[in-house]
Amino acid sequence: MRGLDSPRNGPKLGWSRVGGISQTRRVFGVLIRIDSVTKRYPDGTVAVDRLSLDIPDRSITVLVGPSGCGKTTTLRMINRMVEPSEGTILIDGVDSRQQSVNTLRRGMGYVIQNAGLFQHRTVVDNIATVPRMLGWSKDKARARARELMERVGLDASFAKRYPYQLSGGQQQRVGVARALAADPPVLLMDEPFSAVDPVVRKGLQDELLRLQAELGKTIVFVTHDIDEAVKLGTMVAVLRTGGRLAQFAPPAELLSDPADAFVEDFLGADRGIRRLSFFSSGGLDLLTAPVVAVDATAEQIACRAASDVPYLLVTGLDGRPLGWSEPGALTAGRVDVGQLLPYGRPFVAGKDSLRAALDCAVLSPTGWAVAVDAEGRAAGVVSQTAIGEAIRGAHAHASAHAASVDPKAATR
Amino acid sequence: MNVINFVSSFFGESAHWHGYDGIPTRLWEHVQYSLEALVLAAAIGLPIGLLTGHYGRGGNVLSLVATAGRALPTFGLLVVTTIALGFGMLPVMVPLIVLAVPPILVTTYEAMRSVDPPPVDAARGMGMSESGIMLRVELPAALPLILGGLRSAAIQIVSTATIAAYVSLGGLGRYIVDGLYQHDYEKVVGGATLVAGMALATLGLFWALGRAAVSPGVRRSN
Repeated sequence: MRGLDSPRNGPKLGWSRVGGISQTRRVFGVLIRIDSVTKRYPDGTVAVDRLSLDIPDRSITVLVGPSGCGKTTTLRMINRMVEPSEGTILIDGVDSRQQSVNTLRRGMGYVIQNAGLFQHRTVVDNIATVPRMLGWSKDKARARARELMERVGLDASFAKRYPYQLSGGQQQRVGVARALAADPPVLLMDEPFSAVDPVVRKGLQDELLRLQAELGKTIVFVTHDIDEAVKLGTMVAVLRTGGRLAQFAPPAELLSDPADAFVEDFLGADRGIRRLSFFSSGGLDLLTAPVVAVDATAEQIACRAASDVPYLLVTGLDGRPLGWSEPGALTAGRVDVGQLLPYGRPFVAGKDSLRAALDCAVLSPTGWAVAVDAEGRAAGVVSQTAIGEAIRGAHAHASAHAASVDPKAATR
Repeated sequence: MNVINFVSSFFGESAHWHGYDGIPTRLWEHVQYSLEALVLAAAIGLPIGLLTGHYGRGGNVLSLVATAGRALPTFGLLVVTTIALGFGMLPVMVPLIVLAVPPILVTTYEAMRSVDPPPVDAARGMGMSESGIMLRVELPAALPLILGGLRSAAIQIVSTATIAAYVSLGGLGRYIVDGLYQHDYEKVVGGATLVAGMALATLGLFWALGRAAVSPGVRRSN
């Protein structure tokens, strides 16, 4: 997992959620243009119905919808695993039918559920598959494969292992590395993380966002999981049963302005809460008055208790929070740490979202959320009421921006 | 006298180890007939099995052909081909091939059909050619089963190649046919023991072949 926790990558990880709004306002070029494409099977079933979609380059576009909505068919039409019945697909302005199928596919990474690794090949030879097909020498292809193993967070000791010796999550990392091996500009991912457990899935999602921040590929990602779509997508296309587009928008916009009842229903009951993921907690007014150190004098305690906060947050000598106490229960010099109320999980001021802050406040026994800085030292406390005001402010700010910025620049 | 005595006196007789009717010569002839029949049967069965298995077409026709092939009595076929073609190698090869093609063909087809679909989909999606998919993705995965089909075909050929002696050719069948004619049961038992031993050796050979040719990743995951 080299690089995942290094400070260099910290801010990059941040944009996906907290900085989501500014990210989606950037204008992207169009790499893949799906132009009124229909897929009709001989038995008359329509899998995709006159779908038009402009997939921006260097970003993650998620196709999401219930089963039978044609999202996988749409993905497979991009690399012509399925041929469209009507309409055209332009890749970088060129009709995808103008080059041979295999040339087209070799220029696009392809990742599927369960990875689909070749059981008879070692990890390194699995990853080297496409470079070898492109005529690279064995040594060069393997060197490239080892480089990619490091990129996707696989230890070099896995190189000579066979797929059966790997866990599901590790296999999927190999699948991603294999798709990236020839450095294609486009990555097609068909429900790549649906078969692994939730903890591993979260790790793979974070890893994908980190990789994307480094590599800047044009990724088309299919999932049935709206949470995954909102987490990963720069743009999210919601498809409805019968293969029709319901809405194509950045995730924050999807959560704030669902196009119709179907999208709203598909987003689920807590879309308001989830949308808070896109607002930074940086704007919260943190109160430092109710924070006292464990070695505070009686005067300090008395002075702080005079503020209108019903509880005091006691911190250790290193500044880290220890717990809550009622002012009357605190005696200078004799603070019993075991008697303090638990402070729950703090949020990192500025880095975490308003959703995390609100969650802290809801879980806190006192109703107040504890903010810490990057080192874990208490930065202040904030009430549910104050968070509520910040949420209203953020909503007002976002809708003012939505009005001033032409959303069609990115969504057409 | 029991069978053990027959066997020990047959193999103890030094005259049985030399000359044109000696054990090394007959054994070598038997190996040659068997190998030739197996190579020809594989040359017919493997490509057809691989192609039909890869494209998933012709399964019904295959099982029909295989059933018909298995229903033909080998000895009867030998008589018919010898009458039609005269004495020689060809009339012996035909029944042996007819015997060996069905297990090779049917197991190869089934082995290709039973390959896990996701790796095939992944290979196609990354732009591998159809022949590449067939030979470099499906075949290595199907190899243990395919070798199993070749193994049972080989064992059947080794056991049945004794029929060559009926049409005046050599091989281990010589001892059995001549022994029966001469009422020399020592010879009959000796020949039969050699055939059984060779069948076991074939089994061992295919086991070694499986160790060498099948990727550890496939062997262990099955």
